[in-house]
Amino acid sequence: MNRTFHWDFWAGITALSIIVFGLFLIYPLFSLFVSAFQDPNTGEWTLSHFAHFFERKYYYQSMINSFSVTACVTLLACIIGTAVAYFMTLYRIKFKPLVEVCIVISLLSPPFIGAYSWILIGGRSGMLTRFLADYGISFPSIYGFAGILLVLTLKLYPFIYLYVAGAMKNIDSALIEAAESLGCSGFRKVVTIIIPLITPTILAGALMVFMNAMADFGTPMLIGEGFNVMPVMIYSEFINEVGDQANFAAAMAAIMVLITSSIFMVQKYIVNRKSFTMSSLRPMQVHALHGVKCVVVHAGIYLLVALSMVPQLVVIYTSFQNTNGSVFIDGYSLESYRTIFSNLWNAVSNTYLFSTIAMAMIIFLGMTVAYLTTRKKSWLTDVIDTLSMFPYIIPGSVLGITLLLAFNEEPMLLSGTAIIIIISLVIRRLPYTLRSSSAILYQLSPSMEEASISLGASPLKTFFKITAVMMLPGVMSGAILSWITAINELSSSVILFTGDTKTMSVAIYTEVIRASYGTAAALSTILTVTTIAAMVIFFKVSGRRDVTL
Amino acid sequence: MSVAIQVDEVIKRYGDLTIIPHLTEQIKNGEFFTLLGPSGCGKTTLLRMIAGFNSIEGGTIRFNDKVINDIPAHQRNIGMVFQSYAIFPHLTVRQNVEYGLKLRHVPKDEMKKRVDAILDVVQITEYQDRLPERLSGGQQQRVALARAIVIHPSVLLMDEPLSNLDAKLRVEMRAAIREVQKQVGITTVYVTHDQEEALSISDRIAVMKKGEIQQTARPHTVYTRPYNVFVSTFIGHSNLFRARIARKGGGLAVVFADGYTMAMENLSAEAQEGMEAIVSVRPEEFSIRAAGDGLACKIHTKVFLGKYINYGLAFEASMLVPGQPSIEYSQDLGHAERILDVDETVTLRPNAAKANVFSADGSHSLMEGVVRHE
Repeated sequence: MNRTFHWDFWAGITALSIIVFGLFLIYPLFSLFVSAFQDPNTGEWTLSHFAHFFERKYYYQSMINSFSVTACVTLLACIIGTAVAYFMTLYRIKFKPLVEVCIVISLLSPPFIGAYSWILIGGRSGMLTRFLADYGISFPSIYGFAGILLVLTLKLYPFIYLYVAGAMKNIDSALIEAAESLGCSGFRKVVTIIIPLITPTILAGALMVFMNAMADFGTPMLIGEGFNVMPVMIYSEFINEVGDQANFAAAMAAIMVLITSSIFMVQKYIVNRKSFTMSSLRPMQVHALHGVKCVVVHAGIYLLVALSMVPQLVVIYTSFQNTNGSVFIDGYSLESYRTIFSNLWNAVSNTYLFSTIAMAMIIFLGMTVAYLTTRKKSWLTDVIDTLSMFPYIIPGSVLGITLLLAFNEEPMLLSGTAIIIIISLVIRRLPYTLRSSSAILYQLSPSMEEASISLGASPLKTFFKITAVMMLPGVMSGAILSWITAINELSSSVILFTGDTKTMSVAIYTEVIRASYGTAAALSTILTVTTIAAMVIFFKVSGRRDVTL
Repeated sequence: MSVAIQVDEVIKRYGDLTIIPHLTEQIKNGEFFTLLGPSGCGKTTLLRMIAGFNSIEGGTIRFNDKVINDIPAHQRNIGMVFQSYAIFPHLTVRQNVEYGLKLRHVPKDEMKKRVDAILDVVQITEYQDRLPERLSGGQQQRVALARAIVIHPSVLLMDEPLSNLDAKLRVEMRAAIREVQKQVGITTVYVTHDQEEALSISDRIAVMKKGEIQQTARPHTVYTRPYNVFVSTFIGHSNLFRARIARKGGGLAVVFADGYTMAMENLSAEAQEGMEAIVSVRPEEFSIRAAGDGLACKIHTKVFLGKYINYGLAFEASMLVPGQPSIEYSQDLGHAERILDVDETVTLRPNAAKANVFSADGSHSLMEGVVRHE
């Protein structure tokens, strides 16, 4: 009796995960590729959309732009993130915990707040620009390539920092001592031992940075101006509801998926050839810094953290300023917050509601599917495992478009509903939870489950009473991070939203576009405060002092 | 090339905690010297001070006549084998071995010759292009050894190098290490907590406890003529009896608490009539006698071990030094006239020539010619 029921439950989960990934990931992606090759009027197969793209400089330049800015961001983030991680792990830095928290906050903050704040600071009528202009100094333009580079690097170097700092903690000090015993020291030690040991980790982080920078929509939209990049181009072509533009946008989205997936494969290929496991019996010692070196390192780290925190602080400050239309005027009040409560309250409640529902689904699916793919291996679970990798390589705006293209008509009319936004949140975050849940499962000995079964619990009961309970703390802390990214999500929601399903990040975006900077700042402040509160909960739940995404 | 190591009045402190109060020892050029002791006795601390990974709070360490206290580790020309092996995971076996030679700017063809030779000595030539992850524990151990030796270090330092291997491999690697060490003739300091390993591999052993060396001697001496009660019980098993020194005939004897008197021919000049003492008898140094002619006791437990039968003995409490986990008699089956049974009462006579007599506080030996540093 038990045996058949247990089989049914896991078969159900298998079917459910195949349906979720198949229906909401593979089928939409498939329709995207189909419409990219289709003439919308005749329904015939055609390459004309691709030809259109590669014929006009206006279009293909966006690809070159995307690529160059993303490559620069990735390189810069790798250098900065690694350097900070190196000094933070190996040397005694004053206020280290505070620095770490600031770094994590800047990573988890809404993506385009940086762009928006830097415009408030250094834009055409920004505070700093006007301040300097009073002294006759002209501030270099913050718009275009430089602006995107600045904002995305400051936002994304924390990825590298978190990855590398984690890896540095795993380097056994005996390795360093072995190098020293063989006659190696100083800079040479860093180059021949430490850098090669963390290279696979840097590459893993670099992939995350590349994917995020490539897919980012909000930042280039706000600060890019003439500097067109692919996500912005796709978005504007797609919402431009004239004739065959949707098919053209689909073709561009397909090109983008091709680029991201090739980068993904190249990275996997390199990492697989270089991979090795490290475990540390005794982590490396923390040394004190002295003299000039001490001052320079501290100044560098503090300056960097200050630069990454400036956007948050500017936003919080301006949210209390009085506004008149798009202009901030003298005096402080809670006027911007009042506007939110009267006009935009549904955006706030939507955000919390959608993210929480998505988090619950992610926890359930993450735990059960991870159990399937690690403990009940079959060809079918291998398929699920492979499918679950896909969202890594699909930019948010592309996922938004695919979902919209696929569920735009009866019988599967989902566009404009809350469901489609929740689904996009689940699809985008599920892979991360799956990976971390599998990692937790690999650490749990199967004999624990066998012990429970030997004592008379059915396998299903064992899963819920033993396995799931042991997994939960790890999964929960991952889910909180997912929740934070969900409330800050923009690139797919901005395509999927309608008036009723607007979320806070979408509202901030539309407010900024409408130049209601006051309400945008107040909304951003609410998001930032929520993010920090959730992080406090994360640290309490996980009992950890670090974050891995 | 290889050097003698002179440790003079060395002190190690961590904050207020003194790990090594003051320690003096000489390690001869080319010898295999083992630091043996229970965990926390300071043996690894001392090794890492010689290596240069731990600071020295007082005293000096010299390689030949050169004080090395302030020379950083990477300039001491040491070869070190770590407990975790510390093989660089991103380099192949060959690259690991080459690492130290490259830093020494050894010419290419000589480097190849030396690496080939050492890979051959430690028998890992066939794995030279593999990444360490794909090697077994024993193979990784050989890489670590090759990497340390190939640079022709002044001293070879080994920190419990075999503790992560299984029992069979441990015995095998023990022989391999000993062979390689003799072949290259390098001064070696070896740290272990395994007494059997220490006895089988070393030229000399320093037994340590609480940061102090209890005895330095050849393995045979450490076992047969321990300097104090700690050494006699830490290495092998010893049964400790209360006794008193007495005069018997022309010489001295020890009198056990039950009155049994055993003539001793090799007590030191310090031993005087009437002194309280401790007599230490190895389990294999008893023989069964007729009643009244030895130490009467009852068989408490009996464990069959193949070559031996191990009996747990029950004595009157007043006979024994208190706090001993067990009193044992090992009967060699090759020479056993009669197998004993549990609850049987027997009379055992210790072998006077093999027994050791210590001062009443157990701090030193009362045997002739037994010294702390041999």
